Amino acid sequence: MKVRTIAVNTFKETIRDRILYSLLVFAIIMIGLSYFLAELSLGDFERVVINFGLSCVHIFGVLISVFIGITLVSKEVEKRTIYAIVSKPVSRIEFLMGKFFGLSITLLVTNIAMTVGLLLTAYVQSGNMNTTILFVSGMIYLELMLLTAVAILFSSFTTPTLSAIFTLSVFFIGHLSPGLKYFGEKSKSMVAKYFSLGLYYILPNLENFNFKNTAVYGVSIKGVSLVFIFFYFLSYLALILLISNWLFSRRDFK
Amino acid sequence: MSEEAINVRGLKKIYKTGFFLKPITALEGISFSVKSNEIYGFLGPNGAGKTTTIKILNSIVFPTEGEVELFGEKLGGVKNKYRIGYLPEQPYFYEYLSAEEFLSFCGNLFGLKKRDIQEKIEKLLPLVGLAKARKLQLRKFSKGMMQRIGIAQALINDPDLVILDEPMSGLDPIGRMEIRELIRNLKGKGKTVFFSSHIISDVELLADRVCILDRGTKIAEGNIEELIGNMAIKYYEINVKDLEDSGPLAKELGQALIGHYQRGSLQVMRIYPEDAINGAIDTIRSHGGMITGIIPVRVNLEELFMKKIAERFQ
Repeated sequence: MKVRTIAVNTFKETIRDRILYSLLVFAIIMIGLSYFLAELSLGDFERVVINFGLSCVHIFGVLISVFIGITLVSKEVEKRTIYAIVSKPVSRIEFLMGKFFGLSITLLVTNIAMTVGLLLTAYVQSGNMNTTILFVSGMIYLELMLLTAVAILFSSFTTPTLSAIFTLSVFFIGHLSPGLKYFGEKSKSMVAKYFSLGLYYILPNLENFNFKNTAVYGVSIKGVSLVFIFFYFLSYLALILLISNWLFSRRDFK
Repeated sequence: MSEEAINVRGLKKIYKTGFFLKPITALEGISFSVKSNEIYGFLGPNGAGKTTTIKILNSIVFPTEGEVELFGEKLGGVKNKYRIGYLPEQPYFYEYLSAEEFLSFCGNLFGLKKRDIQEKIEKLLPLVGLAKARKLQLRKFSKGMMQRIGIAQALINDPDLVILDEPMSGLDPIGRMEIRELIRNLKGKGKTVFFSSHIISDVELLADRVCILDRGTKIAEGNIEELIGNMAIKYYEINVKDLEDSGPLAKELGQALIGHYQRGSLQVMRIYPEDAINGAIDTIRSHGGMITGIIPVRVNLEELFMKKIAERFQ
């Protein structure tokens, strides 16, 4: 109940954010432009639209989750609105979960808006309704939720600027995960080996959520791997929120 | 035996600030207790540690050392927060919400039912003088209105203990009077009120007991009468009219007259000590003066406060 109250309020707060509108409008324009971009290519027009469009859904989703996620907690502390919440019978984990789910709802709305834009663009371009886009977009949404949790984790103990840098680093390294593992396994230097493998095991493997090739090239997906990915998502999310709570529960709001 | 609403023992707070975590002591082991159904004033200059203490009571910051009990239960967890209402200093709330939406939000955080929240809103908004502003977004609120909505949200759960950090701040004289009345009414309803202020007259007018803090240390605690030594009388002011020339009278009153001044058509003569009063009355009358009033002027909290602070500086 309390988590829901905070989540609804966070949704109301984030949906008013100018950054959100700027990014969303820009994303939809870019997705629309993929129609003309396909015209410039030599063939496979539909693939170009879907590939470019899904990249837009992904990148703009990441920007929204990072740049709004990092201010979710810090704004409350800076403006002292948090005083009226933590003084009430609300535990700090309830507060964090409320903030997390609030932004997750906003991300869902924006993800749906961008996906609908892409579906329409692809339909206008090819005359086909490629529903695989919905699945790939759903997997992008899971990644964005994870990234939001990471942004909240960093913003629970550091400044918005550092939180943005750290979260974007996690995003980039998270997508280089398979390369890190490969590098670690092949490296002859023990330092490089353990450093690469350490990063691979500690940071989230965001490539797990990358199914663009399924929509673009029709690569098939195994049910088992989907179960694994969903389990991985839930475990990693729970772990990040627990660490955030551990840090946040010890924090003084001066 | 009355229950203790707040019991603080050896409360110490050290903030660690900056890159090198430089320690800054905000509270140096203070102890005090607040009985149920009393109005307790927390007085001190800026930086005394009033807000830090209040933040600890509300789990906004954590103590470095010491123990805090609210209604006999140790601080921690959310259980005893159901019995507390809190107004932060210079309150700032979600500006995109209307007064009604904000109170509803606060009620939901206490787990109140929708119908109960609505009933509370109907009572509280007129009580704090915001009945006409219920649909107004908080971003359009003045400082005084923000203070009033802050008081309303502190009362949404019908708390047994109301903690108000500088409740009169930002209010005009009428607003301050209304809040004083509200605090007295809360006591009348059996609530305990703990409030901080640097406006000494407000504390003097309201508080059953007072705690004076300075630079993180408690320098005095007790009821106001106890603190200022049974309301020690500084001097008596005798108001005199129809006195043509006060010069000869002043000379005759001698050392008993410690000062005099004109107020409108009245001459005000300050007489001390007490046993010089009768002689002074006779002398004034013999000079043709008509006495319209004799007022004992007592030491007030402000003087006590200034004296205690000055003692600390020495």
